[in-house]
Amino acid sequence: MSKVNALLQGTLNWVDERFPLTSNWKAHLAEYYAPKNFNFWYFFGSLAMLVLVIQIVTGILLTMHFKPDASLNASGVPVAFASVEYIMRDVPWGWLIRYMHSTGASAFFLVVYLHMFRGMLYGSYRKPRELIWIFGMIIFLCLMAEAFFGYLLPWGQMSFWGAQVIVNLFSAIPLIGPDLSLWLRGDYVVGDATLNRFFAFHVIAVPMVLLGLVAAHIIALHEVGSNNPDGVEIKKKKDAKGIPLDGIPFHPYYSVKDIVGVVVFLMVFSVIVFFMPEFGGYFLEYNNFFPADPLVTPPHIAPVWYFTPYYSILRAVTYPLFGIDAKFWGVVAMGASTLIIALLPWLDRSPVKSIRYRGPLYKGFLTAFIISFFILGYLGMLGPTPMRTIVAQICSVIYFAFFLLMPIYSSLDKCQPEPDRVTSK
Amino acid sequence: MSCDDKVDCGRRRLLVATAAAGGVAGVAVAVPFVSSMLPSERAKAAGAPVEVDISKLAPGQMMTVEWRGKPVWIISRTKEQLDTLAKVADKLADPKSEKNMQPEYAKNETRSIKPEILVAVGICTHLGCSPTEKFKTGAESGIDADWAGGFFCPCHGSTFDLAGRVYKSKPAPDNLEIPPHMYLGDAKLVIGEDKKA
Repeated sequence: MSKVNALLQGTLNWVDERFPLTSNWKAHLAEYYAPKNFNFWYFFGSLAMLVLVIQIVTGILLTMHFKPDASLNASGVPVAFASVEYIMRDVPWGWLIRYMHSTGASAFFLVVYLHMFRGMLYGSYRKPRELIWIFGMIIFLCLMAEAFFGYLLPWGQMSFWGAQVIVNLFSAIPLIGPDLSLWLRGDYVVGDATLNRFFAFHVIAVPMVLLGLVAAHIIALHEVGSNNPDGVEIKKKKDAKGIPLDGIPFHPYYSVKDIVGVVVFLMVFSVIVFFMPEFGGYFLEYNNFFPADPLVTPPHIAPVWYFTPYYSILRAVTYPLFGIDAKFWGVVAMGASTLIIALLPWLDRSPVKSIRYRGPLYKGFLTAFIISFFILGYLGMLGPTPMRTIVAQICSVIYFAFFLLMPIYSSLDKCQPEPDRVTSK
Repeated sequence: MSCDDKVDCGRRRLLVATAAAGGVAGVAVAVPFVSSMLPSERAKAAGAPVEVDISKLAPGQMMTVEWRGKPVWIISRTKEQLDTLAKVADKLADPKSEKNMQPEYAKNETRSIKPEILVAVGICTHLGCSPTEKFKTGAESGIDADWAGGFFCPCHGSTFDLAGRVYKSKPAPDNLEIPPHMYLGDAKLVIGEDKKA
């Protein structure tokens, strides 16, 4: 036994002299000290990594059978649409891989939304974690781009008209808009050129950027250390060896804890993949089971659930301003609604980080924000009516008020004092 | 850049010049890369005009043909339908079609060459959905009680009258585009080409 150990140790030494394996293992896992009071909300970061792996593995397998081709085959069906049906019906286990990928897209957004909300609850974006937040926001934007590009690929009715609407968003930009959307489409309408380039973006360009950003997100996190539900810095109280008193090594403590989260997540994920992969039309929209038809817009068109809050904000803007039409301002409002989240580190002037010690003003604004976010999301799934437009306009105002008024209410708020060290129950 | 004893200024100048030349080459290579995403020669050539026979189009009917991959509507409007155009004018964003969304010969009250026949690109000027026809009037249309007939975009709720003119306070900024078109005889219509004066 000891001979085997010696051999293994020798091999490790050989590697360590050539590559920083042990030191990286220590820096990021065995001797990365995370606060001991992580709760339920701290599962979602590692779950996002898990979903990323699921998407990459299933995505690679799908590209082996998918054909990004909008021309019609001998039976008059677009080749791309037919290749997805082929995956579902003829490829061994193709249905499972495809449903894992489509469910994974929704799971990704669910997990990332909860992960972001955790950051808002506990002030994880505050100094010195601003860059972690910025990297995270760029990841979120890439994720939206990735989901949008991927949604065109099955070349169904919703794929086609969704892409038509989103690409036309760019045409709202004054002067360069129409040429920009022509350049994005590569044709005068969404067509074969568009499908082919969206495939390229979806399978190689965006994932590469995404992986780099995930690395940057984690490197930045491990540089400054994790925040925690109390929002106090554990690095302020260290023992004689320089280890935070309230810190525990990520491995094995949190690696084991995260496995519990993974198991629970995979149980829920499997139930959806096996029993309700369309999820009532929310994960896979019914209109997308019809091949793309450039001449007929489906009577009811809505984006997938994770885009609906922003979509509601887009169509809530119906007034022209400064001589530029409402379409442009709708696009600006939609863009601003996602980008403004990145400014949180500078908008928040509260003396405390965590919701646990915040006052009633912040809690009230946060509640109103979350409620309006859900209402906007719900309205985005429905067709527009005058009444719904008014509700969407009110919710959009609340959405932006949460951010724009934050410098005022967060500094006026009556906060409770933060504890010196993390609290454990 | 200050040069002191420790810096070899000749070498530094060479370094800067080399980096600048490399930078220029890097920017220059963006031209072919970016241009490769523009519509190809084949895509450009595909925009040929189409000929349509409208002899079977009865009053009150509508047909859709494809031109440059877009739906083009041809609608034969009845007398009653034409009468609605003047009535709804004050509810429209651009009733006189002042914005350049139509050729000169269609810049009139009916936005058409022949008063009854409307030829319009069936793409909403908001974000490119194809509106649906709502020719039924009043509450039956599902829009509102004094609806005079026209088109409704299912994506963001823009409405258009029977000349493709957009209603006020809707997401769509402009009237529907009228494509270049001309008649070759009574019932033969060409879309995508017109006799320029």
